[in-house]
Amino acid sequence: MTLFTTIYSFLYQFGDSFAYLTLSALGLAVIFGMMGVINLAHGEFVMCGAYITILTAKAGLPLPLAMLTGAMTAACVGAILEYLIVRHLYNRLFDSIVATWAVSLITQQTMLIFAGPSIEGLSTPFGSFELGDYSFSTYRALLPFFAITVLAALYLLFFRTNYGIYARATIQNAQMAKCLGLRTSRIYSMTFALGAGLAGLAGALYAPTITAVPTMGSSFIVPAFVTVVTGGANVLLGVLPAAGFLGFIQSGMTAAFGQLAGQIGLLITVIFVIRLLPKGMGHLFNRR
Amino acid sequence: MNKIRRIAIACALTLPVSLAVMAADPVKLGLLEDQSGNFSLAVIPKIHATELAIEEINAKGGIMGRPIKLIHYDTQSDNTKFQEFARRLIQVDKPDVIFGAFSSASREAIRPIMDKAKQLYFYNNQYEGGVCDSNVFVTGAVPEQQFSTLVPWLMEKYGKRVYTIAADYNFGQISAEWVRKIVKENGGTMVGEEFIPLSVNQFGQTIQNIQKVKPDFVMTLLVGNLQSAYFEQQAAANLNLPMGSSIQVGQAYEHKRFKPPALKNMYVTPNYIEEVDSPASNDFKKRFRAKFPNEPYISQEAANAYDAVYIYKAAVEKAKSTDMVKVRKALEGGGICTDGPQGKVCMDPKSHHMSHTIYLAHVQDDHSIKFPKVWNDIQPYWLGQAGCNLAAKADYSQYTPSSPPKK
Repeated sequence: MTLFTTIYSFLYQFGDSFAYLTLSALGLAVIFGMMGVINLAHGEFVMCGAYITILTAKAGLPLPLAMLTGAMTAACVGAILEYLIVRHLYNRLFDSIVATWAVSLITQQTMLIFAGPSIEGLSTPFGSFELGDYSFSTYRALLPFFAITVLAALYLLFFRTNYGIYARATIQNAQMAKCLGLRTSRIYSMTFALGAGLAGLAGALYAPTITAVPTMGSSFIVPAFVTVVTGGANVLLGVLPAAGFLGFIQSGMTAAFGQLAGQIGLLITVIFVIRLLPKGMGHLFNRR
Repeated sequence: MNKIRRIAIACALTLPVSLAVMAADPVKLGLLEDQSGNFSLAVIPKIHATELAIEEINAKGGIMGRPIKLIHYDTQSDNTKFQEFARRLIQVDKPDVIFGAFSSASREAIRPIMDKAKQLYFYNNQYEGGVCDSNVFVTGAVPEQQFSTLVPWLMEKYGKRVYTIAADYNFGQISAEWVRKIVKENGGTMVGEEFIPLSVNQFGQTIQNIQKVKPDFVMTLLVGNLQSAYFEQQAAANLNLPMGSSIQVGQAYEHKRFKPPALKNMYVTPNYIEEVDSPASNDFKKRFRAKFPNEPYISQEAANAYDAVYIYKAAVEKAKSTDMVKVRKALEGGGICTDGPQGKVCMDPKSHHMSHTIYLAHVQDDHSIKFPKVWNDIQPYWLGQAGCNLAAKADYSQYTPSSPPKK
């Protein structure tokens, strides 16, 4: 086995882990980091994205469009949820946790009753490629690049558009933004919809690789929270280093000692990070 | 005078009614199954099969003229709920028998409660084997039935280098121990063994570990919806190795839910699956679909749950009572059999486990199933040989090949 294959295989595993952490976390990070709402229905937005992707792709829509539809649908559902429930619970942290958790449970059970315990999934597109002894899934090799693209798009959205400026102004000082004539409630609903859409996008991108069941969201919740807690409240500067660092620990530990060690490593790292950097890794990059 | 007459009439009217009610006092069957949560997918057909068997028996006059009354609690794939509802059943509903549990973790969570209350309990599920418990009867298949058939067959066909990936809890650990034992007995080598936490659904590293050591086939003992993502991921990475399993296909019908060819070349040894084409099986499927037309799949555990109700009926009829000790003695007397979807199966008095017809199911490229081989009347031999004899000596333990009963 050549050195190149070994290095690539490690990079592939690292990228795989990085992409999963980043994509799971972004939606949660936007909603938590920018709005201070802990959204326990995050996993259900992921499920919504995945289900819509699978259903529309089966109905004949090309896969990229189906994924986009999945993400957009999740965003719409997010906007509706914000209007009906979350809007009334701003600045009531614990109430919003309980309410979104209830939404999560209700959604899972409703899906189980009406959509059945499972739907047939999609095949992973793009086939595989070989390198030395190993063969890799092309789609999975591309996922880290999708994750980076999404991060770049978010950067542009927050720093190069009017919405981004309004959103950052609202987050920094809502009262002042209101005085200056911004409709902060609309900014909040758009931000919540954005977070829901990002969660839906994670579901859409992973829909071809995992099992579509009503409880599938739960498998995204842990990596999402771990990444957001490690990264802190800053969306881009938090998620990127946190996912990179945690992905490195997880893939390294998994490669050396197996899957269990990878999971343990992930959680121990979080404990150390919040002990040493209570405000998250994103805080390191804040110029103060 | 009038008053006395009225009371007399009232008594005359109510007496036959109350006698009829007493005569038809129902047999109470408590059921603890996961209708929701992570395991619901595999458990819902089990619940339906139990309901079907009860409906059929009640339509034909019940057990000794008494209808069966089902008391079902949804345990939500949660072990603490299992304990809570097991206590509630025993203390409040006082059932004549309790059925249920899917995962081995949930069974082990409630087994001590059953033992403490001396409650007759049927575990109607394939599992890792070894439970030698006076109060527990098992209608599912166990490793000595599933692996002693499957593993030697695969080693003969594909080669002797075996890699196991298993769910990291009692079921996976003990099943993997069985694979290890049978591979060694047949002159093969374990080239790798990996235990996967139940929360894992990303298998990139595992797939590479397998590619590195190049086994002849992979034994997959993966449990739950999260871990089942392995199949799509190994197909996407073009791992292309034959697979063997005791639980895939038969429980969560992965071959129906995943796009082909994710499960291509998977070999499983269930004691029943929907694809079995025999008169008994076809008749069972017809009745099942008549009651539950939208059932996605009639699984191995559905057949086990269905047979269990009939085994219990046969035992009560032999004991001529629903008294739990008498029913247990009847079962331990031997000769309690039923003709179910898989054919005739009997309860082994020594170990409280069932004989089974074992089907070798081979998943094709398009996910259709072929049966290259069928083993009839495979006995649950190991516990009996190892020294578990519940008919003669009470016991409340679970044994494994590495910790057998003390002689």
